Amino acid sequence: MTIPMTITEKILCAHSGRESVRPGEIVNARIDLIVAHEVTTPPAVNMLAKMGITRVFDPSCIVVTPDHFVPNKDIQTAELTRKLREWVKEQGIENYYELGDHGICHALVPERGHILPGQTAICGDSHTTTLGAFGAFATGVGSTDLAAALATGELWFKVPETMRFNVSGALPPGVYSKDLILYVISMIGVDGARYRAMEYHGSCIDSLSMEARMTICNMAVEAGGKSGIMEADQTTASYVRARTARDFTVYSSDEDAEYSSVFDVDASSLEPIVALPHLPSNGRFIGEVEPVAIDQAYIGSCTNARIEDLREAARIIKGRHVARGVRAIVVPATSAIWRQALKEGLFEIFSEAGCVVSTATCGACLGGHMGVLGRKERCISTTNRNFVGRMGHPEAEVYLASPATVAASAITGCITDPRIFLDHAPDLNAPAPRTEAAAMQKE
Amino acid sequence: MISGRAHVFSRAHINTDEIIPARYLTAHDEAELARHAMEDISKEFVSRVRPGDLIVAGEDFGCGSSREHAVWALRGAGVAAVIATTFARIFFRNALNNGFLAVECPGLAEETSDGDEMELDLEGGVVRNHTTGAIREFTPLTPFVNELLEAGGLLSYVARKREAQA
Repeated sequence: MTIPMTITEKILCAHSGRESVRPGEIVNARIDLIVAHEVTTPPAVNMLAKMGITRVFDPSCIVVTPDHFVPNKDIQTAELTRKLREWVKEQGIENYYELGDHGICHALVPERGHILPGQTAICGDSHTTTLGAFGAFATGVGSTDLAAALATGELWFKVPETMRFNVSGALPPGVYSKDLILYVISMIGVDGARYRAMEYHGSCIDSLSMEARMTICNMAVEAGGKSGIMEADQTTASYVRARTARDFTVYSSDEDAEYSSVFDVDASSLEPIVALPHLPSNGRFIGEVEPVAIDQAYIGSCTNARIEDLREAARIIKGRHVARGVRAIVVPATSAIWRQALKEGLFEIFSEAGCVVSTATCGACLGGHMGVLGRKERCISTTNRNFVGRMGHPEAEVYLASPATVAASAITGCITDPRIFLDHAPDLNAPAPRTEAAAMQKE
Repeated sequence: MISGRAHVFSRAHINTDEIIPARYLTAHDEAELARHAMEDISKEFVSRVRPGDLIVAGEDFGCGSSREHAVWALRGAGVAAVIATTFARIFFRNALNNGFLAVECPGLAEETSDGDEMELDLEGGVVRNHTTGAIREFTPLTPFVNELLEAGGLLSYVARKREAQA
């Protein structure tokens, strides 16, 4: 290497056959992974047909699942998934996940071992940045980009500048990676990382599970970022190795790599955060948030509906009941997470508390179905956007928070600090907590 | 040269959920999407906009979801170009990939009113407001962006390159 580079620059360099790249340069990069769902793929398929391109570049690098409006919400969405299925068959795409095996694509892809460190990945969906948690360059694109990549296996990119976030310290109890990313977005604003890669380092990140890391990279786009990225480590390798035997390359940023800015965050100083309507950057520490009454509590989406999230929510909800007048909706991110949660008894906890559980879908996060909000209704949600009209009626209000804060708020009926419930609640994510509790009881 | 009336949306961070709400993503036909363009910000926009008009916007226009439907809805409604202080990354990319003009011109939104007669002079590098007489330079387009626009979007650009290589 002739010049020092960041992980992102190294990946784009290696995929565009160049010696080095600099921020601002336009490169044509080879795409390792293309993820496709029913909303943005059918238009891309139409474009390919118009261009007279009958075969995709390489079906083996494409992963497809319907996720936004599944199970089909109406005739129009039924037609979208029908077109998706027909195209998958016609192109001989093997990595297709049908209802029952499906999931929100950003959660499904890593779970099935499709993303590897060092890869380039795109999807016609802005939350593709999630996959950056694996040390990959992953970004959201539109349908035309998708069509071009499907046809040629390549896509143009402007090499982004990189912002570095050094996150030290341990997250206190009741504070999660969702609170950390809401804090970062509130610090830099919804366009604070516009066109840039957000690269995370530090002892806090190192200590996080892949699930928690994905939540952070997922919301890079909420700060305007092109991507979020973390260096692959032992945690990444174990996660990936458990799912695929394919080889991968781990890239690290050079010590003297150039960053457009560097931020230091002390995770131990954080508290639960709630982003008030109508921007993800409206984060406030829970102590500063009015305990406003809610109509709906939503635990779902590519941001926060993995098994750890469901366990955290269940830990608070267990043995309690959802407040009168509140609809609590739990939407596991994938079918596999759904089955795991069932096995662990989480659905019994949710159901007895008065929550409903849905199959995996993007659903109400984008105002699709399964929990759309009415006029002036207020929802606290584990999702990623609280824009005007995002979850339904333009006069509805969405508050963004961690699964624990959403669960606590579902119980009390107003926005609530989850820490008041956590003192005596067993940690369902800790190794074998029940055995310990049982042992103590015997003594 | 593009001439039309201005529709000013000066608020920062107008997102793609506002440009075309997700409840309409069940379609991807431009005419159908156009019926709901900007619906959650301005119910009147669709009835007021005429072919060739321009949107003049503030910072970070088009942030949020990657839906290209946002570009299609605006184009379908007859919008000839969006001139904003800055654009969110994916919207900007989607616009160029469609050969749709997205031009950055800081300060324009503050000095433009709804209905002003505008002229976007691509060759001259300026935006003229014929109602107020103001003239502003826009941020020059990069050579790559010009190539994309000139080809009429990414797919024709890719097709041309393929032909050149064959």
